[in-house]
Amino acid sequence: MSDFVAVFLALLLALLVALIVQSRGASIFAALGEVKFVERNGLVISAYMVTAVSVWVVFMIVLPMLYMVDFSFRHNLPPSEVGGPEDVHTLKNYAYLLLGRKGDEELLNWLHLGVFVRTVLASIFVTLLDLAICYPIAYYMAQVAKGGRARLLVLCLILPFWVNEILRAFAFRILFGTSGVINSVLIGAGLLEEPIDFIRADVALYAGLSYAYILMMVFSLYNAIESLDHNQIEAARDLGSPWWRIHWRVVMPHAKPGIASGCTMVFMLAAGALAAPQILGGPSSLWFTQVIYDWFNQGANWPQGAAYAFVLLVSCIAFVLAVMRTFKVRLGEIAR
Amino acid sequence: MSADVELDHVTIRFGAFTAVDSVSLRIEEGEFFSFLGPSGCGKTTILRAVSGFQEPTEGEVRIGGKNMRGIGPNRRPTALIFQNLALFPLMTVAENIAFALEVRGASRAARRRRADELLNLIALPGQGDKPIAALSGGQKQRVAIARALAVEPDVLLLDEPLSALDLRLRQHMRTELRAIQRRVGITFIYITHDQGEALTMSDRVAVMSQGVIQQIGDSATIYDDPATAFVASFVGENNPFPGTVTQLADGQAVVDTALGPLRGRNGRGLKRGDKAIVFVRPEALRVGAGASEAGTTIESQVVTKELEGSLVHVRLAGAGAKPITVSLTNDGTVPVLEAGQPLTVVFDAARAVALPTGHLADE
Amino acid sequence: MTSDRVRRLMVGFYILLFFGFLFGPLLLMGAAAFNDVSYPQVLPWQGFTVQWFAKLVNDNQMMQGITNSLWIGLGVVALSVPIGLAGALVMSQIGRRGATIYYTIVISPVLTPGVVLGISTLVFWDRLGTSVGAGYDTLFYDGFFLTVVGQSSFISAYCMLVFLARLQRFDRGLEEAALDLGASQVQVFWKILIPYLRPAILAAAVLAFLSSFENYNTTLFTILSENTLTIVLAGKVRMGTQPDLSALAVVIMAITLIGASAHEILKRREAAREKAALAEARGEAGRLAPARLATVPAG
Repeated sequence: MSDFVAVFLALLLALLVALIVQSRGASIFAALGEVKFVERNGLVISAYMVTAVSVWVVFMIVLPMLYMVDFSFRHNLPPSEVGGPEDVHTLKNYAYLLLGRKGDEELLNWLHLGVFVRTVLASIFVTLLDLAICYPIAYYMAQVAKGGRARLLVLCLILPFWVNEILRAFAFRILFGTSGVINSVLIGAGLLEEPIDFIRADVALYAGLSYAYILMMVFSLYNAIESLDHNQIEAARDLGSPWWRIHWRVVMPHAKPGIASGCTMVFMLAAGALAAPQILGGPSSLWFTQVIYDWFNQGANWPQGAAYAFVLLVSCIAFVLAVMRTFKVRLGEIAR
Repeated sequence: MSADVELDHVTIRFGAFTAVDSVSLRIEEGEFFSFLGPSGCGKTTILRAVSGFQEPTEGEVRIGGKNMRGIGPNRRPTALIFQNLALFPLMTVAENIAFALEVRGASRAARRRRADELLNLIALPGQGDKPIAALSGGQKQRVAIARALAVEPDVLLLDEPLSALDLRLRQHMRTELRAIQRRVGITFIYITHDQGEALTMSDRVAVMSQGVIQQIGDSATIYDDPATAFVASFVGENNPFPGTVTQLADGQAVVDTALGPLRGRNGRGLKRGDKAIVFVRPEALRVGAGASEAGTTIESQVVTKELEGSLVHVRLAGAGAKPITVSLTNDGTVPVLEAGQPLTVVFDAARAVALPTGHLADE
Repeated sequence: MTSDRVRRLMVGFYILLFFGFLFGPLLLMGAAAFNDVSYPQVLPWQGFTVQWFAKLVNDNQMMQGITNSLWIGLGVVALSVPIGLAGALVMSQIGRRGATIYYTIVISPVLTPGVVLGISTLVFWDRLGTSVGAGYDTLFYDGFFLTVVGQSSFISAYCMLVFLARLQRFDRGLEEAALDLGASQVQVFWKILIPYLRPAILAAAVLAFLSSFENYNTTLFTILSENTLTIVLAGKVRMGTQPDLSALAVVIMAITLIGASAHEILKRREAAREKAALAEARGEAGRLAPARLATVPAG
């Protein structure tokens, strides 16, 4: 594996050497293009820029990802056997997700597949729920509220999200627990005999997840809706259009990039959430990320965990592409 | 501490576009030299080539006899006054002025001293600690000049420095800049599209169009004896009368135009049959009838009469779309003129000039 | 019109409901911190107490976690801000075609799930470590190092965005003017560019620190045997909740409120001060004494 790194280190070194040579003998490396780069920034600054960005891209973005993917195709070996004859590629980690352990009665790994599917579906549900909740507020802030009040609303919106996500999940635990606030109130008011187990019913988790990403959704929508010229809405109203039609035909099409970007972000955050499921999840609502974590923590099978993580990543990418296709937006419009 | 600047067959190309086309000239040390031309004529590119921000594609730039190729702007003995001044907004006036000394490692005391010296020179004594944002347009101008002079450059380059100022200030600054140049004695290279500026301030002017130098000379020469049709039409107002040369006599050429034969000085070797343009300045035309020499009369009709303070401009119908302009002094002798009225104007052939045909300004 | 009034009422009611949903849980959690009951709840209210706050301070694990989070935060700032700056500088100088590819690559960590970032960092350095035969006490297996590197992969992108925004309005003419006056490129960088970027550097540093401090998903994988505040917190919350956590929440919320208000007040005061300084200077310029050379028109 050190070949990978050796090659990239060599490339980096070559780049730096090239920079130095460029500043002395431009003619040699004229083909490399961008002579202007060193001329413009000077040798020292160019070296800083190139080194910093290369280290970042190579050692913190590209290589770790490549290593993880490669790792997911390997056996789970103790350190002494790594690099040895046993260290070959294999598909078994991915096969496990699909087929489960050899010798299981079931054909497919219903447990993990079920978790995966449920995670995806639940994330979609949370996304749609957030969209429904946040759209009115975003619209109000963007088009209806006047300057000072809009700023106040923005401030009010940001404030809760300075609180750590764990504490926020904890707050929901207080709300939804068996001796939590909601149950206490309902019982105290005589509406209930026994406390409802919100946690077991996944209500706490979904509520918690929706809550967690409200900020993302609201701001995506807000930015998109704000750029809409208010006169268009006035014109539509003036032409006799009912309010729901105005939204359907005027506001939402304009806000499409914002809706797409908001949905994308909420889905990816929900699917990749770990704290909320750990804190608010009941025994039946295992989240895919929790399964991944278990492989690292108790299962001590890192390659397996890496494979599952890669599956999670791929499904997020697939979702983004699907959204882009349905909404007909480009990547540049989604990434904030 | 001043230097001459030589451009030796300097050509600058950007891809397929030639911005500067084989320019060769020599600017003497201590001279106030201007490049005059419309936007896009290449004067800014030449300035950047001299200051070091643009390497010529071909040819050499020499300052003080030394070839400047490969020498960056921070190592050349030039200082540039940018069009938008580019004063450092986060520094005070004194810090701006002393910046050149700061990057050379001068002590704080030396920097303070020089800044005060220059503040006195530009008539802003004691204003050193002000932030740049608190200055007016004219004050910022002067700070930019002081900043450039701080490092005692051999050549000062000015990129249309007065274009953002209002008229009165601009006229005042013209005199000031000239005074500063005389006092400091260094070479000034000035670029502008305003011929009034170029003509009043400069020792010599180079008129440029489309990357080519049309003519180099002092103000009188450029104005009275233009070398090309472009110079004649760009510098000052001028009336062009295109046609073909029919006769030559006494250093003059007679050109057959749409308004009849017209006579002008033939300083550029026109021959019979050449396509030419006779230029007569508005102030050279007089209202009158039947002149002494043939070829010095124009008959037309009045279109409008405009009063511009000390001058009265009478527009006559020309051969094409452009009217003929006659400028008369508003001294009480201007006759009453009505639109459509036929009018005859005359001029001295010695004051008209016949030039080979070429592109005019505004074309 | 009544339908209009009804609609207005509905909108108002909705907004109320929305912000109630937003703030409610937090207020309740805050209230639970003062309830004299060993399990965090608001009802039944057993009486006012601050004992949970005392318990918080005495919790060693929690304090250690906070300290670690602080150190990691500083490390992330030290790494992400320079990288983000370099990233922004490169972005602003790259051609059109290169820009899209480059941008996609460096923004990708922001869009990647935190767990994937943590795992990939962990796996990469682990494999690197085993291939050079490093032991478990070296850098390759150090929780702090891995966490700083793992978090910096996406926090650098945040910093880069902050710098890009500020760089876009930078007047390149200032760089040229400085060069023309004899500054070397390094001098231009330190004396012209960095001072201009100072507000962005501050903003990026604060952003980096806060993002690092509250990170959980990535940290959980990279921190190995160490602890950060979020890890400790999550552990406690999952095991069995105690009201001292609510106490912590109250502390955090109070700090947030104070911080946000202070920031707002400072910003207003700074703007007012600048306006006053400008007005004063302008007034002086008008009263300037006539110059030595000829007559100088006012201005």
